[in-house]
Amino acid sequence: MLDTFLEALSLLGRLDEHVLAIVWLSFKVGLSTVTLATLIGLPLGALVAVASFPGRSIATVVLNGMMGLPSVVVGVIIYLILSRSGPLGGFGLLYSPPAMILAQTVLVVPLMAALTRQIIEDAWREYANEFRSMRFSLRHTIVSLLYDCRFSLVVAVLAGMGRSLSEVGAVMIVGGNIEGFTRTMTTAIALETAKGDLPLSLALGMVLLSVVLVLNAGAYNLRQWAMRKYG
Amino acid sequence: MFPIKLSQVGFTPDGRSVLAGVDLEIDVDGITVILGPNGAGKTILLRMLAGLQAPHGGTIRWNGNGLPAAGIAMVFQHPVLLRSSVFHNAGLGLQPLALGRAETLRRTQHTLERVGLAHRAADSARLLSGGERQRLALARAWAMQPKLLLLDEPTAALDPSATESVERIIREIRSDGARIVMTTHNLGQAMRIADDIVFLASGRVIERAPASRFFARPQTNEAKLFIQGELPWRIAFDD
Amino acid sequence: MAYRIRRLILPLCAALFGTLAQADESIVLASTTSTDQSGLFGYILPRFEAKTGIKVKVVALGTGQALDTARRGDADVVLVHDRPAEDKFVAEGWGVERRDVMYNDFIVIGPKTDAAQVKATKDVVDGFRRIAAGSAPFISRGDKSGTHAAELRFWKTAGIDPKAWSGYKEAGAGMGPTLNMSAALGGYTLADRGTWLSFKNRQDLEIVLAGDKRLFNPYGVMLVNPAKYPHVKKDAGMKFVDWITSREGQETIAAYKINGEQLFFPDAKN
Repeated sequence: MLDTFLEALSLLGRLDEHVLAIVWLSFKVGLSTVTLATLIGLPLGALVAVASFPGRSIATVVLNGMMGLPSVVVGVIIYLILSRSGPLGGFGLLYSPPAMILAQTVLVVPLMAALTRQIIEDAWREYANEFRSMRFSLRHTIVSLLYDCRFSLVVAVLAGMGRSLSEVGAVMIVGGNIEGFTRTMTTAIALETAKGDLPLSLALGMVLLSVVLVLNAGAYNLRQWAMRKYG
Repeated sequence: MFPIKLSQVGFTPDGRSVLAGVDLEIDVDGITVILGPNGAGKTILLRMLAGLQAPHGGTIRWNGNGLPAAGIAMVFQHPVLLRSSVFHNAGLGLQPLALGRAETLRRTQHTLERVGLAHRAADSARLLSGGERQRLALARAWAMQPKLLLLDEPTAALDPSATESVERIIREIRSDGARIVMTTHNLGQAMRIADDIVFLASGRVIERAPASRFFARPQTNEAKLFIQGELPWRIAFDD
Repeated sequence: MAYRIRRLILPLCAALFGTLAQADESIVLASTTSTDQSGLFGYILPRFEAKTGIKVKVVALGTGQALDTARRGDADVVLVHDRPAEDKFVAEGWGVERRDVMYNDFIVIGPKTDAAQVKATKDVVDGFRRIAAGSAPFISRGDKSGTHAAELRFWKTAGIDPKAWSGYKEAGAGMGPTLNMSAALGGYTLADRGTWLSFKNRQDLEIVLAGDKRLFNPYGVMLVNPAKYPHVKKDAGMKFVDWITSREGQETIAAYKINGEQLFFPDAKN
């Protein structure tokens, strides 16, 4: 156990180009996923928080439930959709980064929307009178609430980034873990573990962990700064 | 918009009667102060005038019509400001008006100058003092250039100098052509700025009179008691 | 504000997606974990790519999954090791141009203590009988892979129904995880030599039986039928099929060694 750990540490000292390419791809996929999921999930969560429509409570329950969606299930569904014999097969997207981004977006949007809904619902209680008196449209209400909660929403975005970076089931299935093309940190870890190369997978795991820690530390500092600046 | 006519307006949340048979007409000019004991339904009346609360009984007509699409602004007792700059907050009410970027900026800047907050435009709204926050809330409403401005206890919890500057701003907004309807617990303030008084008690309008006459010669016993009971205490506290 | 966000997001999207799009010619090769994880592809594919400029994207699965992937049209070329399944695949019209490529051999892996005395025999079927009679567990791939299919054939020949035996555990995973599990449980398993040689977490495992002719493990390559799936990259795919069975391809396979040991033996019929 200790030997494995020490060997992993020594591997970290000589991160080669090959490993850095994997880390970089993870980032690209993660950032693209989070960008897309932010554009969809935040307004969606805010909409469910603010709009009154029949079935709103059902939408809330569905959103919360989908947070726990197993990534493998999403992977298989997206696989079947993108497969050449599936409905979107004509685009030839399977086993490519866009397929991974798509699958992860499906996975991450409910998570980000559900967190956003909670945050926005609290803010909405505070602002409802003001915004109504200013005759804000639904769009203005959502935009202003998202803007007002921007620093709290970092948590939602970060949760999405964390899930995207650490997720393995969906990217493995739709990406195919192709070396130099769709191999991310998590699928590489799965592969190295399968090959019995535990030090290397541990080293990759440490890279993943430090990335997530750095992101969280950054977000924490951002919130501290925002709290001082904006109250 | 004017005159605004309330006929037999009732408000009965959970079966409890707060307003019962309120008849009131708000015409085009002046500052109307609604007075009355706690729980008399003053705030609810303002919310109804703003169209935020539908009456449970009776009708409200704005110049014979339903709620106008624009022209009403309201400042709440505890205004909530966005976690953002003073400038952004001041221009918030202009967003739905789609005035265009240049006009929005011009109006926001102008209004901030008039409430004396232009030098703090870039600061965070939530870090302002109580008096400054209230002035910003007034600026936000003023920038919308409302025909009717509703103020709910605009100087509650403010110190005398902040109260004075808020009252000055209220007068300026009126000279700008806005009809003002407000509530207050501060009888001294009502004397200073009201053109006319609406006295609300037991869910009804008990007395309506020009301010000078209301305070000099109240017509009803309730109003007399209210002025005598409240006046010394409030003056001692607020002024 | 909205404008500011838009100004920020659009170039970001463009940058992210732009770098992900690749214009190089490429084929998808559905293959097995044994060829990929043994490092063979890592050795031979750069040579093919340098020669032809065609990038080969390897999706490593079990043989059964690899063939299913090709049946759905999600691969251009298949390289697997389960002759009966390959013949069925071709007979059903999913694949064309099937050719022998190489073989390696299966080996029986077990704990050094070898409680079931498998080392005492050279006969794989006898070895399986000894395992079933012993107390140490047997870890099966259980994933419809070529190795799994071979293992099931040995049980059948031995006349044993492994599922009736409590020591039989199905990992439902690739070769590596199955070896990890065997190491952890001190059990026996059937492995391909390539994966074993490159496998690092051996702990107390070693080869307990090898060399039986029935452990011969042939690999075949085939093109997914372009008549079934018009998008199949027929020319690039055929270049790969031709190259790997060519003299150059065959010599490259033979040249791949781990610790001086050759893993795959070319047997294309030229």
